[in-house]
Amino acid sequence: MSDLIRLNASELVELLAKGEISSVELTQAHLDQIAKVGDAVHSFLHISGESALATARDVDSRRAAGEKLADLAGVPIAVKDNLTTTDAPTTAGSKILEGWIPPYDATVVTKLRNQMLPILGKTNLDEFAMGSSTEFSAFGPSKNPWDLTRIPGGSGGGSSSVVSSFQAPLAIGSDTGGSIRFPGAVTGTVGIKPTYGAVSRYGLIALASSLDQIGPVARNVLDAAYLQDAISGHDPHDSTSLPGSLGSMVEAAKRGSLKGKKVGLIKQLSGDGFQQGVRNRFAEALKLITDAGAEIVEVDCPSFEYAIDAYYLILPAEASSNLAKFDSVRFGMRVSPKGNPTIERVMAATREAGFGPEVKRRIILGTYALSSGSFDKFYGAAQKVRTLIQRDFDAAFAKADVLVSPTAPTTAFKFGEKVSDPLAMYLNDIATIPANLAGIPGISVPIGLADEDNLPVGIQFLAPAHEDARLYEVGAALEGILEGIWGKRMMDFAPELKVN
Amino acid sequence: MSEITPELVRHLASLSRIDLDEAEVARFTEQLAVIVDSVAKISQAIDGNTPATSHPIPLANVFRPDVVEPSLSQEQALSGAPDSGQGRFRVAAILDEE
Repeated sequence: MSDLIRLNASELVELLAKGEISSVELTQAHLDQIAKVGDAVHSFLHISGESALATARDVDSRRAAGEKLADLAGVPIAVKDNLTTTDAPTTAGSKILEGWIPPYDATVVTKLRNQMLPILGKTNLDEFAMGSSTEFSAFGPSKNPWDLTRIPGGSGGGSSSVVSSFQAPLAIGSDTGGSIRFPGAVTGTVGIKPTYGAVSRYGLIALASSLDQIGPVARNVLDAAYLQDAISGHDPHDSTSLPGSLGSMVEAAKRGSLKGKKVGLIKQLSGDGFQQGVRNRFAEALKLITDAGAEIVEVDCPSFEYAIDAYYLILPAEASSNLAKFDSVRFGMRVSPKGNPTIERVMAATREAGFGPEVKRRIILGTYALSSGSFDKFYGAAQKVRTLIQRDFDAAFAKADVLVSPTAPTTAFKFGEKVSDPLAMYLNDIATIPANLAGIPGISVPIGLADEDNLPVGIQFLAPAHEDARLYEVGAALEGILEGIWGKRMMDFAPELKVN
Repeated sequence: MSEITPELVRHLASLSRIDLDEAEVARFTEQLAVIVDSVAKISQAIDGNTPATSHPIPLANVFRPDVVEPSLSQEQALSGAPDSGQGRFRVAAILDEE
């Protein structure tokens, strides 16, 4: 294995700037790794080797000519396949969009192109990002590089498995209820959901518009900071895009400190019912946080009890509306029943053939939640619970700078364990969902391996809206302390990936 | 006791324009009943005075100057269509013959 691919993005930034490595050799090293492990891990739905190398050559010749380039220029990246790209198919993991080449680039993709990051390809996801395991991808699941019989998290399991198998140092994810943070936790990587609106959603195939947020996937906190700085900023194409800047995440990560911070331990997410190994690592991390000069305070968020219920009403409701556009008219699949069918019958046949089971389930649930007899009882009530959850967060952040919990109740589960039990799959998101309902930012940082299965465990920090920098500051501090204790990086614990 | 019946699932699927087969109707009836029973407790959490939140970060209306900007060409807009002709999306009959 080439040493280049094991380096962190922030190290690559330095080496590229000094001219010690070229972007072409770096990009080629990652393409070689994709060729070697790609089939076994199944992270990519599309690989763009040629165009990635073309970008890399451009970076190298401009650097050689003395041109000043963006920090991440020349650092390869993978992009989740629910972001539109004009030079590669965009499927969102669905048969209904198989082969579709969008007529415009997502704003995030435009930013990556402008800053000259070679885009290696498009990563796998649960269909339309509905799921926690990638088992609902129409194109087959991605595997967890720590154990190929286990899930890499979802929906962004393609992106998490890419960075944890060294196929790319960075990737883009999207997080509607934990789809960046949960995959990060179960693959020993870092994932961040920024404040709602910090990164433009233009060109993100919408799941639930009031919850969706694009964010960075990386192997370390500083790397993620570079990526968030590169993709964030106001975008007139997205009316929910935040005006102004949230400041430099790179500076916050480099500052990395826990001293004097008040860290709120969420009573409702402090580990009751969580896997013992997750609780053990979490308890140790809290001790380290205290030793580093932070103060742990308990905070009470009673409405979190209803967060999953609210989420699984709001998300399907918004999704049922957002997915109405897949109607066999303007793009995607068309299935025509025999005879002389009307357009309505063509739509119904197309959507039956093109959508997978979880998508159908959620569209029907959302249609129910929005229907006239049920609206007040379900969707209306869920929106009110959303207010209560925001109030819980407001009260908690009056006492604490950041909040903390395990990212997920368990480590990576086996394929097939939860796929036929929707409710069990949904409960997985218990710690990540409240942040999406309130629009606040969250980070998952690896804190070691669970005793019973030697699989990665993640800790989640949450901050008030617009205070993403706090996550990078405390996340980088804890990561630094842990790496000091381990004498190595989290991914150095991973067993060698066995490929045929 | 759940109000999710096969008839209701068929009706919702029809509103959603999804042509479910009978095996799916049976499976979704069972699964949706479990999900709906579970989320139904949400109404206990609120009272009449709780305001609703539809959007996590309040933003005032967003406007831009009313100036024509570049957008997709007709060709680009039609590029992904399953069927098109004469610069338009071509679809099956909108109305039944009845």
